[in-house]
Amino acid sequence: MTKITFVEHDGTEHTIDAAEGTTLMEAATKNSVPGIDADCGGACACATCMVYVPAEWKDKLEAIDTMEETMLDFCEHSDENSRLSCQIKVTADMDGMRITMPESQH
Amino acid sequence: MEEAIVIIGAGQAACQAIMSLRAEGYEGPITLIGEENYAPYQRPPLSKKFLAGEIGYDRVELKAESFYAESGVTAYWGTRATEIDRRAKRVLTNDGRYHPYSKLLLATGAQVREINVPGFELEGIHYLRNIEDVHAIQAGFKPGARMVIVGGGYIGLEVAAVAKKRGIDVTVLETADRVMARVVDPIVSHFYERLHREAGVTLRTGVTVSGFEGEGKVAAVVSGEGERFACDIVLVGIGVIPNTDLAHEAGLEVANGIAVDACARTSDPDICAAGDCTSHPNDIYGHKLRLESVHNAIEQAKTAAASLVGKEKPYNQVPWFWSDQYDVKLQIAGLSTGYTDAVVRGDPESGKSFAVFYLKDGQLLAVDAINRAPEFMMGKILVAQKAALDPARIKDESISVKELVAK
Repeated sequence: MTKITFVEHDGTEHTIDAAEGTTLMEAATKNSVPGIDADCGGACACATCMVYVPAEWKDKLEAIDTMEETMLDFCEHSDENSRLSCQIKVTADMDGMRITMPESQH
Repeated sequence: MEEAIVIIGAGQAACQAIMSLRAEGYEGPITLIGEENYAPYQRPPLSKKFLAGEIGYDRVELKAESFYAESGVTAYWGTRATEIDRRAKRVLTNDGRYHPYSKLLLATGAQVREINVPGFELEGIHYLRNIEDVHAIQAGFKPGARMVIVGGGYIGLEVAAVAKKRGIDVTVLETADRVMARVVDPIVSHFYERLHREAGVTLRTGVTVSGFEGEGKVAAVVSGEGERFACDIVLVGIGVIPNTDLAHEAGLEVANGIAVDACARTSDPDICAAGDCTSHPNDIYGHKLRLESVHNAIEQAKTAAASLVGKEKPYNQVPWFWSDQYDVKLQIAGLSTGYTDAVVRGDPESGKSFAVFYLKDGQLLAVDAINRAPEFMMGKILVAQKAALDPARIKDESISVKELVAK
């Protein structure tokens, strides 16, 4: 298990044990981290699971692909640290990662 | 009476409602009554990755098993609500229990439309709505098997794509003169017909099924013209009907779904409804909608939860849908019903990437995006704005989608 902390927009923290091989989105929704809607369930079709991954953790993640980049480009609250959590596979390298969340997914 | 919320139905809307009720500050008891023997799970993957065996139950269940108890929910799985007694304010279930409520949420979903032709009861004829349905299909899902799919809609075509990849011989029979006729323009239908034919699927339109033949087990599908399609397995995907019987019998207003207002309230102020089972107003289109989608289930459940605790959070969003077939992602923003112009951006005749913008007297109603995420995402924004678009700009790919609205 990999420990990951989700920090809500209002500062509320949720530290969860994420199973390796699943996605950050799945780990968050299954553990009832609020604020990750994930309407499409991980099909990279909706962009409602956006999170901010701090720059220092970027190297530990698989690179962003074109589809994800495009979806993010249209998200209201996205910035250069934005990722879609459904496209991030959890690995042991991510243990201790803290990611923050947008005010809303719409 | 003491406050107690009962939820009938245990799908995506029910699951969201539980989260939203707690987020809204409701601390009373919640009772969840679900007909299936499974806790709420995602249905969209059932006809895609789950059918293909790429993911299992652990990847479609919406919440960890402990979630329901931790959320103060008393869940009854494998249990059917048989009556809503509005006078006594309680729900009766088929195990002889009754469940008192101060507020009730109907999240009853939809059921498959069944085909009623001779031979319908033969073994090997399947539908696809539940996990159990998929397990039954998978038992006959063997390379070399001959599969006939009745209905060229989302379910039929998604299953065709998965089956073809599995090495199954697939024939799709569609009554209309084109596939997905209910939801997309002929341009998009013809693209999907080409996609499936190129993958090796036998696709026949304008074919009505008049019966099934076989000794105990289905061996052929027979068309109205008397043509026989030999097969080992059949999937019927001809749409769903909303589950409204309970509401109707309880005297609630039902009209193509359980009638609700923008706050998901039924004609009884103590009863809300959310998801596939509802018919609800939509300001963007100016008429009532009944939608079959996850997005609708989630967003309407949030609204219903607010109403159940006495708040008002009207639901009024652009509907959206998606479908994965082979390596093609279709994303639909909005509803194209009533369009006067279908304007194409990109080339639907070759390749696998284009979008269709549906206009009514210049106003954007919907966008079908085929491997075109930008058009889809921008489409959602523009439909919500009721944007007026110039067809010439839509067609001109030198203009970015963000610049489609002329300054």
